[in-house]
Amino acid sequence: MESDDAMGVGSPIVRSRRRRVYALVLAIFFAAIPSWSVRAEDAGLEAALAGLASRDFREKGAAVAAIAESEDPSVSRILEALLDARLFVRAADARIVGAEGEGDDVAYFDAATGLAIDAADAAGLKKIIVNNRMRTDLRTTLARLRLASPDAEVREIAAKSMMADRSPRTLELLREAFSKERDAGVRETLRVALALSELESDDPELQLGAVGELAGSLHGEVRNALAALIERSQGDPAEQGEAVRAVRAAAEAAIASIDRKRSGLALVETLFFGLSLGFVLVLAAIGLAITFGVMGVINMAHGELMMLGAYTTWGVQQLMPDAIDASIFVAIPCAFLVSGAVGVVIERGVVQFLYGRPLETLLATFGISLILQQAVRTLFSPLNRAVETPGWMSGQWVVNDALSLTYNRLFIVAFSIAVFAALVGLLHATGLGLQIRAVAQNRDMARAMGVRGSRIDAVTFGLGSGVAGLAGVALSQLTNVGPNLGQAHIVDSFMVVVFGGVGNLWGTLVAGLGLGIANKFLEPFAGAVLAKIVVLVFIILFIQRRPRGLFPQKGRSAGVT
Amino acid sequence: MKIHRMLKKSLAITGIAFCAALPAAAADTIKVGVLHSLSGTMAISETTLKDTVLMMVEEQNKKGGLLGKKLEAVVVDPASNWPLFAEKARQLLAKDKVDVVFGCWTSVSRKSVLPVFEELNGLLFYPVQYEGEESSKNVFYTGAAPNQQAIPAVDYLMNEIGVKRWVLAGTDYVYPRTTNKILEAYLKSKGVAQADILINYTPFGHSDWQSIVSEIKKFGSTGKKTAVVSTINGDANVPFYKELGNQGVSAEDIPVVAFSVGEEELSGIDTKPLVGHLAAWNYFQSVSAPVNDAFIKSWKAYIKNPKRVTNDPMEATYIGFNMWVKAVQAAKSTDPTAVQKAIIGVEAPNLSGGTSKMLPNHHITKPVLIGEIQEDGQFATVWETEGLVPGDAWSDFLPESKIIEADWTAKLNCGNYNTVTKKCSGQNF
Repeated sequence: MESDDAMGVGSPIVRSRRRRVYALVLAIFFAAIPSWSVRAEDAGLEAALAGLASRDFREKGAAVAAIAESEDPSVSRILEALLDARLFVRAADARIVGAEGEGDDVAYFDAATGLAIDAADAAGLKKIIVNNRMRTDLRTTLARLRLASPDAEVREIAAKSMMADRSPRTLELLREAFSKERDAGVRETLRVALALSELESDDPELQLGAVGELAGSLHGEVRNALAALIERSQGDPAEQGEAVRAVRAAAEAAIASIDRKRSGLALVETLFFGLSLGFVLVLAAIGLAITFGVMGVINMAHGELMMLGAYTTWGVQQLMPDAIDASIFVAIPCAFLVSGAVGVVIERGVVQFLYGRPLETLLATFGISLILQQAVRTLFSPLNRAVETPGWMSGQWVVNDALSLTYNRLFIVAFSIAVFAALVGLLHATGLGLQIRAVAQNRDMARAMGVRGSRIDAVTFGLGSGVAGLAGVALSQLTNVGPNLGQAHIVDSFMVVVFGGVGNLWGTLVAGLGLGIANKFLEPFAGAVLAKIVVLVFIILFIQRRPRGLFPQKGRSAGVT
Repeated sequence: MKIHRMLKKSLAITGIAFCAALPAAAADTIKVGVLHSLSGTMAISETTLKDTVLMMVEEQNKKGGLLGKKLEAVVVDPASNWPLFAEKARQLLAKDKVDVVFGCWTSVSRKSVLPVFEELNGLLFYPVQYEGEESSKNVFYTGAAPNQQAIPAVDYLMNEIGVKRWVLAGTDYVYPRTTNKILEAYLKSKGVAQADILINYTPFGHSDWQSIVSEIKKFGSTGKKTAVVSTINGDANVPFYKELGNQGVSAEDIPVVAFSVGEEELSGIDTKPLVGHLAAWNYFQSVSAPVNDAFIKSWKAYIKNPKRVTNDPMEATYIGFNMWVKAVQAAKSTDPTAVQKAIIGVEAPNLSGGTSKMLPNHHITKPVLIGEIQEDGQFATVWETEGLVPGDAWSDFLPESKIIEADWTAKLNCGNYNTVTKKCSGQNF
């Protein structure tokens, strides 16, 4: 919301309107006298709020602290509004106004009194801007307040955010909360937070107990706190008491055990990163494995078909802006149909005349890829489109404190497996699949058996293209949706198909996953640039030795495609 | 309102008609060359600057032109192709005989046209923040040098946020590599240990950030406050910020300060997960100053799109154009040598309410602003330097360039003067 100074403070219209407002507010006040009369005494909050209107972040920070100290019942409501950028200064009278709700049904309230304000009187609002430091302060302050929340999840988050803040006041609060807590999960978090606070004490006995409590925890703060404890206790062992030495030994043992567990989990994490990258590669390559692998057509426009899928996702989101969460499930069939249809048009319009002439096919499809790119540029502008991530796909699944997996990658892994399984099923368990394989192996023989070769060609090409569209849906969640999206993935896709062995879906799967994992294991040592080069060089050398890839086709069909 | 709009329209039409009639009266115009990519990968950013120059030319003509003559823009398209930049520059200077050129974005395109401008003695105004280590007689650098962007940003993080551990992440090409070299030297001079600096380069358009973000997360989990200084360029930023959001790295835990992400870049992405991350520039659209409000208004009217944003390189173009106008007026000529002499010391308003000055090293004085990304894709200024920072062509934090000075006044008349050997070496154009 911008500052809107269209209505001057002193203009007669405003004045008369304001008089009306006063009358209205007065009426509300009288209706709500019991609560108002209590709050009217609370001048501290009023004064503290005034500081929020300042431009200086230090003054604003002080105002937040003052608000928190006022212990007014509406403190958490005000601070939450401030944290979510829903708190405003009214230009007309410098009163602080909060907003609640979304879209058209936003309700405004006066921060000092907590009373509702008519939307018409909420004109000329200027948003109160907070910076990172204030946000951190706000979260810790709110965490203290939320420790008593009835919602276990809120308490859990509050307890977690209190781990970093180890002041004596926190210790008291935590002790109190711990004694009252019933929920097992929150209790566990509180126990760790409490132990962390106890580490800070000077009593070796208390410290030793705390180290024991913390030994199994993988939380990031724990290791740091233990390391800090060891550092503090560095000194001449002779001068230190038995107890201090015992504490240090216990802390060292605890750190060693944490590090052991962590390195195991780091391996799992890298493996997951590799798998998720691998499945993206598989998804991008699998459509190509059908058009290139099964039909033998070098389709340079494959990347652009993925791009169309990604743009379809964007288009679907534009059509249903209020249901982003569901949009992806609408986008999946849409993208398949759009890319599939374009694929069929390409096959019927160009490729069918060029079967058996790979060079011409390559050039023609390259031309098509340029046409598609330029068409998108002219139609939608060369700028990237912003595809929103559905709420359920953002964030991460926290396995434990040291290992968490992001939802969007998990979704893509699942999606890829589903697409792969569906394709294998289609090719090997249906009549259509049988016909596709028959035409791919021996066109003339298949036709002699009554299979309509040209129709099958169109369907197969459409299928491969549709799968490229599906890959586009997935990529729209990972990377930029723009005219160059296809170019960025076409080389990788060809690499995977060639490496895996042309004409073999399982080869594509193994090659994609293998390359993904190899890439991710190399990256920490070699860096992203070098890791890519190393993988490429490896593939070149491998193809020199085994030109037909990992899983070459054997027998009679090998010579045909 | 309506009459106003009609008036504007008719003015625009007269302008177009005037331009169409120009070739006949070519001798009576001052030619302004525009050398920005209108196609290819850089078109996204550079087209905006072409429009900015055209708008400035139009406004200057409304004020009655320059030296009694009208300005005429000559636009060419170097198509994001670096060798083509040199060709088009030669065409502008030798064939079209332009009096001044506004252009280039990437450092490699600037390096490509540099010999042409020096050979044909042209004038180039370069409006983008860059890595420094250069000062040519023929080029005026109105974007930020490292000491006007990178160094103050690091100072802010160090002093205001208390950052102790540093990740320098960049795209793998000349600007990030040089900037990171300077930053690394600067951090070490401030007593930061090698173990507390992590440097990482990624290719253009990198999209799989899982391991890098995870590494940054681990690097930042040692209890010391950590920040990322990002020279990641172009649209690789989008998946990077997305991954940060997904892995739960918030701006409060590990802030990312970017040098290549501005309002224009943010307008294409969902900014919700980015709120609180930082950018260092010399100008933000959100700066409140009457001169800025007027500029934004005329820009939106000129481009006929109320949703378009303004950004830092546009401001640099604005300053450069006004400085050139003033220098021409002072020299009473558009002759490059006369303008080069007259422009040093010229002052022109910047859009944040102050006045920038052209220095003898062909860089300008600018304020440095640190902004936090807001939900609406704009920046909220959280810190700014007191007063203006003079641009330093040769970094004081690299031992090899510390001893180099640039001064194009009669004192040295050299862009690469070695204060130890007392010789003007190399770049003596």
